[in-house]
Amino acid sequence: MDNEIRVGRTPARHVDDGQSLLVVDDLRTHFAVAAGAVRAVDGVSFSLSRGRTLGVVGESGSGKTVLSRSIMGLNTTDNATTTGSVKYAGEELIGKSVKQKKALWGAEMAMVFQDPMTSLNPVVTIGRQLTEHVRYHLDMGKKESEDVAVALLKSVHIPEAEKRLDNYPHQMSGGMRQRVCIAIALACGPRMLFADEPTTALDVTVQHQILNLLAEQQSDRAMAMILVTHDLGVVAGRTDEIMVMYAGKVAEKAPTAKLFSELRHPYTQGLLWSIPKVTQPKHTRLNAIPGRPPNLIDPPSGCKFSPRCAYAQDICRTEEPQLRSIDSADHVFACHFPVGTPEGEAALQSNIEAEYPPALAAIGRLSASEEVVG
Amino acid sequence: MAGSGTAHLRPADEVLLQVTDLVVEFPAGKGRTVKAVSGISFDIAPGETLGLVGESGCGKSTTGRALLRLPKPTSGSVVLDGEDLAGLDEKTMRRRRTQLQMIFQDPISSLNPRRMIGDVVAEPLNVWGPKDKDEQWDIVARILDQVGVDPGPARYKRPHEFSGGQCQRISIARALVMEPQLIICDEPVSALDVSIQAQILNLLDDLKAEHGLTLVFIAHDLAVVKNISDRVAVMYLGKMCEISEADQLYAGPAHPYTQLLLGSSPVPDPDVDVNAIEPIEGELPSPISPPSGCRFRTRCPFADEICAAEEPTMRQVGDDHYVACHHPLIEPWVDGRPVEAAVSVGDFETGGAPTV
Repeated sequence: MDNEIRVGRTPARHVDDGQSLLVVDDLRTHFAVAAGAVRAVDGVSFSLSRGRTLGVVGESGSGKTVLSRSIMGLNTTDNATTTGSVKYAGEELIGKSVKQKKALWGAEMAMVFQDPMTSLNPVVTIGRQLTEHVRYHLDMGKKESEDVAVALLKSVHIPEAEKRLDNYPHQMSGGMRQRVCIAIALACGPRMLFADEPTTALDVTVQHQILNLLAEQQSDRAMAMILVTHDLGVVAGRTDEIMVMYAGKVAEKAPTAKLFSELRHPYTQGLLWSIPKVTQPKHTRLNAIPGRPPNLIDPPSGCKFSPRCAYAQDICRTEEPQLRSIDSADHVFACHFPVGTPEGEAALQSNIEAEYPPALAAIGRLSASEEVVG
Repeated sequence: MAGSGTAHLRPADEVLLQVTDLVVEFPAGKGRTVKAVSGISFDIAPGETLGLVGESGCGKSTTGRALLRLPKPTSGSVVLDGEDLAGLDEKTMRRRRTQLQMIFQDPISSLNPRRMIGDVVAEPLNVWGPKDKDEQWDIVARILDQVGVDPGPARYKRPHEFSGGQCQRISIARALVMEPQLIICDEPVSALDVSIQAQILNLLDDLKAEHGLTLVFIAHDLAVVKNISDRVAVMYLGKMCEISEADQLYAGPAHPYTQLLLGSSPVPDPDVDVNAIEPIEGELPSPISPPSGCRFRTRCPFADEICAAEEPTMRQVGDDHYVACHHPLIEPWVDGRPVEAAVSVGDFETGGAPTV
């Protein structure tokens, strides 16, 4: 098989057309703790072009946040080791000093964090927080930078922008603060935006507004964006490509429409089936994934998902699956018994016959699957 | 929306809990008051789950807490099993609280980090149950087992040794240990991953069947609320907009706010065009000086003069479906019956034309 590649790797060649803004190859971030090494990101590769959005999805502890922080080089604690390669506009970022990276942060790549309550400084006015790196990077004067700040606040649809400059964060609601965070991230016109669970702390109504705002800003500025979330519902209509992560590795990566219509990895299926849907009748039994994410210091051998997987066979417990594709090169997954293939169906069937608990838990959802995945 | 009225209440002998005209206000300094909950009424039948939905700041958590008199309601009555809790003295109320338990949003911070799980769950028994430690442990172990926590190893562990999902299971066990009549779940799954959220929702449904529990389920996620609830009440800025049997509400919302809320909920389907969905503009007005008349009018696409002048009251629009709106998306019933011919409901074509 041509597409067979090294363990846990998405080869950049799948998507790298030479014009990619960001090329990540075999990125690994390990944290040394007393009990051993936490392999938070363990061999992730992908590339992203300008104007494109990549959704990164996974449970807590799947490494999705550490991934975006590693790309930006924000893991500066002594016990963190990042290896591999991150090329931004052809320039290698791994190994750069903090001083060198400072020239990139804000100016070239910026991040919107999850919690707008804590990511703003409570004792500094909105205006100063907005103008801080405009003045640093673009070398602007006070008056000039304030004009920029007002324009930015207007662009993120904050009413009465001029008055808001003297406000402190506590004078604004959560949604407004997240708009300010977005304005700060956009201030220097970065070409690459990381949005790390930007709406998890917000209401559905505000979430909708913020996601629309991000999409609007992205297309206006032709930025590349990485949208990190645990909710497949958030990324469904708003990304070009989705990467599902599990235990620090890529479980599946595909163009958005394909991921939903032809998902191959049992974990992706589990995530999708866990979501309650308004179209289902009340008290529909949800198809929870049994168990919880593995310990990243001492993960299970073989496929990391195997203890929770309805399709798992003996080989899954000993041999780690490699990323591969079946029909198209842009849809890769790491699974021995992919969903929707004869091998996969046979594996599931034999597990059901053997009364393997995770497979039994899947029976209910199989009968409902036509309606859900169809 | 945001109306009052009690047309939606059922006869008192059919319900476990009846809340009428509940008002909760907090002093905000300078003589101002935060009108957190402004006269809402609802009831819950035994064994039923009532979902309470709304944005942050709509008063849904305050409502849940006021049922337990945490804080004491400013006015209104909370009748549990024929007894008005609002009028009880502190000592009797303390006794009655054993029948009303609460599960909180953040499972980790709602457990004391210094105490062992066995003690945390047994604490209510220390006050009201058998004092014998072995007898207590029998009860605690049985309940921990029911919520899916292995009792043996958990007994001497502390909360930080468990994941968020496990901690939420322990919180549920703690609420169950008094065998309460009513459990108020305040956003119990909002802090959890989708995969764990599904486990907890399934668990609540199982426990409900097993113990004959009655639940108030507070959440902002409409899909979650629908999954667990028999009836759903939508709140906005301290008022009740709409209350209905769950499937009916989602099939045809009658209140413009409910409809907009439904549209905002993310759907895990790439074919849904997110740009075609009308977002709710603006933010919740301040509960210190709420808009006159219908409180939703400042953000409502259908608002006109009557909405500013007059507060809508609850009207029936379907079998067990009530709405407080001057311009409901479903033609209201007259004299407890649907109106025969579907009358055109004015200029609402833009908002998903109502079908009667």
